Amino acid sequence: MMSESSSFVKGMVLGGAFCMLVTLLGHIKVGNGTKAHHHEHHHIQAPNKEDVLNLSEGERVELSKSIRVYCIILVKPKDLGHWAAVKETWSKHCDKAEFYSSENVKVFDSVTLNTNDMWVMMRKAYKITYERYKDEFSWFFLAYPTTFAIIENLKYFLLKKDPSQPFYIGHTMKSGDLEYVDGEGGIVLSIESLRRLSHVLEDSDKCPEQGGMIWKLAEDKQLAICLKYTGVFAENAEDSEGKDVFNTKSVGALIKEAMSTHPQQVVDGCCSDMAITFSGLAPNHMHVMMYGVYRLRPYGHTYNDALVFLPPAGSDND
Amino acid sequence: MTGPRTLETKARHVRDTWARHCNVALFMSSETDERFPAVGLPVQEGRHQLYWKTIRAFQYVHRHHLGQADWFLKADDDTFVVMANLRWLLAGQAPERPVYFGKRFKPFVKQGYMSGGAGYVLSKEALRRLVAAFASRTCTHTSAIEDLALGQCLEKLGVEAGDSRDTRGRETFHPFPLERHLTESLPLDRFYPQYSYYPVQWAAACCSDLSVSFHYVSGQQMYELEYLTHRLRPYGYRPRYRPPLPPGTPPAPTHRP
Repeated sequence: MMSESSSFVKGMVLGGAFCMLVTLLGHIKVGNGTKAHHHEHHHIQAPNKEDVLNLSEGERVELSKSIRVYCIILVKPKDLGHWAAVKETWSKHCDKAEFYSSENVKVFDSVTLNTNDMWVMMRKAYKITYERYKDEFSWFFLAYPTTFAIIENLKYFLLKKDPSQPFYIGHTMKSGDLEYVDGEGGIVLSIESLRRLSHVLEDSDKCPEQGGMIWKLAEDKQLAICLKYTGVFAENAEDSEGKDVFNTKSVGALIKEAMSTHPQQVVDGCCSDMAITFSGLAPNHMHVMMYGVYRLRPYGHTYNDALVFLPPAGSDND
Repeated sequence: MTGPRTLETKARHVRDTWARHCNVALFMSSETDERFPAVGLPVQEGRHQLYWKTIRAFQYVHRHHLGQADWFLKADDDTFVVMANLRWLLAGQAPERPVYFGKRFKPFVKQGYMSGGAGYVLSKEALRRLVAAFASRTCTHTSAIEDLALGQCLEKLGVEAGDSRDTRGRETFHPFPLERHLTESLPLDRFYPQYSYYPVQWAAACCSDLSVSFHYVSGQQMYELEYLTHRLRPYGYRPRYRPPLPPGTPPAPTHRP
């Protein structure tokens, strides 16, 4: 009796392990399955100042109005302090900003997603966004509530890019073969990328809701995998000097690094003059950034910019 | 104003950021340092000698640099200053008038006095009167509280405590760090509203777009502020506050893109 039951148990365990292994392998996508693409880093640059000045006055006005950015901020009730800060600060500069929340929160309006899982949240947010806004906006910016964004600089960066092309832009990272946009720095999709994403989200083989069997892939990596299937690849955004414009750290953290790596050229070596995002910010820091970016300035410096952005109505901290 | 112990930890970051925008920048210490460079004044370090150190500094400037400037700013090695905004503030002012500007405090002195930490700036005439007063013993070392003692002396000499607020009535010199002025809703310090000569404004109204100074700024924060003020900007953005040029000032330079 004993030997029979122990064999049975052994059999069950082996069978179960084999089953798990097969399922796991089924989730692992080997590179060869995707469209063959040479391994390269994709870098994308802000327009040159000269490019921009070739535009006529009329073209500049048209352009300022034509680049419409919709902002998605993924939040959870535990982020309430950050949520409030984002709501009161930079999100006012989006053409439209909405907070996509895991669950309903009384104190703020949000689009309720009824899930706590970040990847599921991201999927739903993008789906809803595409359905509702595909005809209204050309660019879609997704951020976490610890991120501060300068939408004017995002628009300048996107100035001469055609949104009917598949753009997927931000601060890129590599994980093995996968190049993805780090969610911390903010994720920019053109309408074309969003369109392709909304289709592949329906494909449960290529782009399942359940990430992996044993450990889940972070949602920003999942996004990259799904987009890759549709021929959309991550590109790292840089200014004309090669500096990142999407940052996954705060100004303080980047300055601190610069103080130790090049103490003679701290500010020069740190960050782009046209930076779009910084991250890892506490709510108070958002207010400091708002004042530091939009208000505090040295008298007497004027610029010959090709675009004109006016302050949003009904606001007092910008 | 600095000292041997904070020369490399604090003054250095001042030297490498905002002090570059002064016509002349002098680092006042109790020990000469040729390389930095820092001036060695005949005083000891410490709070008890702070007023003496300030007086000696002004005497030094008067003796060696009077002809090189119209206005004389005293700041600490943890004060961040936006020099372009100080120039804007002073643009319509006559340096021949006996006047000084800073963060104006209310108590103890009838016309008020300027916070030491937030930095204050004397007109050439104010500096002349100050140095002459110490030479004639009209003013003496009355206390170690530098800003208060100086304020009492200047009032005695007929030097006016100026109003440094911008054209919307917002403060430009700040005795605390930026973050505290912007985000603290409780009184910063129990005494701050009682000390402040003008009514305290909170949140976004705390600070002029053309602020001149912040205090208690660390070395790292000097670079952060330099970056936020002079480098990072929102492309194409037209700010809400666009103050007029004071009368008689030359037009501003335009950045060639």
